[in-house]
Amino acid sequence: MGMTMTEKILARGAGRDSVRPGDLVLAKVDFAMGHDLTIPPAGKIMREQMGAEKIWDPDRVAVTQDHFQPAKDAASATLGRLTREFSHQMGIKWYFEVGQGGICHTVLPEHGLVLPGELVVGADSHSCTYGALNNFATGIGSTDLACVLALGELWFRVPETLKFVYHNRLKEWVEAKDLILYVIGQIGVDGARSKAMEHVGEALKHIDMEARLTITNMAIEAGAKNGILEFDEVTKEYLDGRAKRPYTPVSSDPDAEYEKVFEFDVEKVELGVAKPMSPDNYAPLSEVAGTRLDQVFIGSCTNSRITDLRRAAAVLEGHKVADGVRLIITPSSHQVAIQAGEGEVCLSTTNRNFPGRMGHPKAMVYLSNPAVAAASAVTGVITHPSEVLKHLPANVA
Amino acid sequence: MTLPKVIRGKAWKFGANIDTDQIIPAKYAIYSLDEKELGKHAMEGVPGRETWASQVTAGDILVADSNFGCGSSREIAPVAIRGAGISLVIADSYARIFFRNAINMGYPILQSPQAAEAVHEGDELEVDLDEGVIRNFTRGDEYRSEAFPQFMNELLRMGGLVPWVRKRLEERRKTAKAAS
Repeated sequence: MGMTMTEKILARGAGRDSVRPGDLVLAKVDFAMGHDLTIPPAGKIMREQMGAEKIWDPDRVAVTQDHFQPAKDAASATLGRLTREFSHQMGIKWYFEVGQGGICHTVLPEHGLVLPGELVVGADSHSCTYGALNNFATGIGSTDLACVLALGELWFRVPETLKFVYHNRLKEWVEAKDLILYVIGQIGVDGARSKAMEHVGEALKHIDMEARLTITNMAIEAGAKNGILEFDEVTKEYLDGRAKRPYTPVSSDPDAEYEKVFEFDVEKVELGVAKPMSPDNYAPLSEVAGTRLDQVFIGSCTNSRITDLRRAAAVLEGHKVADGVRLIITPSSHQVAIQAGEGEVCLSTTNRNFPGRMGHPKAMVYLSNPAVAAASAVTGVITHPSEVLKHLPANVA
Repeated sequence: MTLPKVIRGKAWKFGANIDTDQIIPAKYAIYSLDEKELGKHAMEGVPGRETWASQVTAGDILVADSNFGCGSSREIAPVAIRGAGISLVIADSYARIFFRNAINMGYPILQSPQAAEAVHEGDELEVDLDEGVIRNFTRGDEYRSEAFPQFMNELLRMGGLVPWVRKRLEERRKTAKAAS
């Protein structure tokens, strides 16, 4: 019987010829990540409770100061200090100081630290992002991270795999963000619970690596354990000159077993948003166009990579933000600091709009792609970007 | 803490999507270090089960439908169930974080869609953890669940992830010493 990419990576990590969904395996980890919220407790558990004096491999751990940095208060400054001290004491090679890195999920791919065929864990729920680079990547808790730091291995339950096949090509203005919001709208926030989401199909050939990272970033918003893409020319080009280690890509066998296969004609996917209060509350843009806004946010680990910012900049060029609207653009910094007030309406390029995630529980948060967000900031209401700019310039389209 | 090879007990049956707020309402989080106190309020958030914890006999088995333990990542949810005296949880499926939290604290939980469907409240069950077999003495049935692999049995017997890592580190140090 064949195996999926996810199954192959877990089998290799476990030193086995094959694994099946539901198997519990003890597997070697290739790379681990923690940040200023999760490293302090993991370090404490590792040293004080597990009795480890050093970490298993300082070359295979990355630590970012990205959640509460620069520190917003004394408590976050302390977390930053504990994170810094632990990283230095353990000799962690990939330590990213405040101002030198950015959001973990942007930094690790950028630096070529998470590679095809690898088993990657991160103590952050959006660690599934890295799977766009043809690896198994999943979010874990601080106790789990402590185990990985001490031993370089962790137990996993092999997930069932759901296959998503994307036919044809996305239309003008429609981005990877619209596609994944649409897919989550179809299957729901629980639609891929604890499972692997394998994304394949010709449509992906025309989607660049930064946009692919947006697709896998949101796997957790469908409840998935991981999201994974095939290795192709786009992956290879992205990693050339960037990959920090040699790597071996992985592909699914033709007779691999899937729990379910979903097929989408992506040409039919419209520019869309997730309406408040859940990422699966999808609506085509036409349904919400004209909704008055107080705030527009372009940022987060989902949509603030350089291509996102270029697209937003192209839409904004020559225009002014509408009166009464705040436009906040943060290149790959974290969304937690960005608050919307009670009853305010916000359009954001992040990944979650559950109540309380971004400001007051009664703030109304819509999710969209960066071009829609930029155009909406200009008009003050949710707007199709073609109303502001006829076509995206070729260099950012 | 030792985990017996075979667990026997009476079944308590719960439905689908029991979330962590139903398992232990947030207001009891202040007892996070007191397993017995948490146990007194286990499942209190499930309608009709407000006094359930007081009816549990130590060793009883909780059987639930799909997505058991969904909601927050609260680690006290499996603690509360264990505190109520439940020896083992069997469900059709679990929310991922609940599953990890339970295993990491050394609490055995089994996945068996077959048992989740067939078992009725009050049935007498016997579970063989090594074999992955659930026997229903009341109905004369037998259900399969995945048997735990050896490392997992060891981890559960030792009381969870932290003591298991500690022991593995000691073994590695001994091997390294012997080699040098």
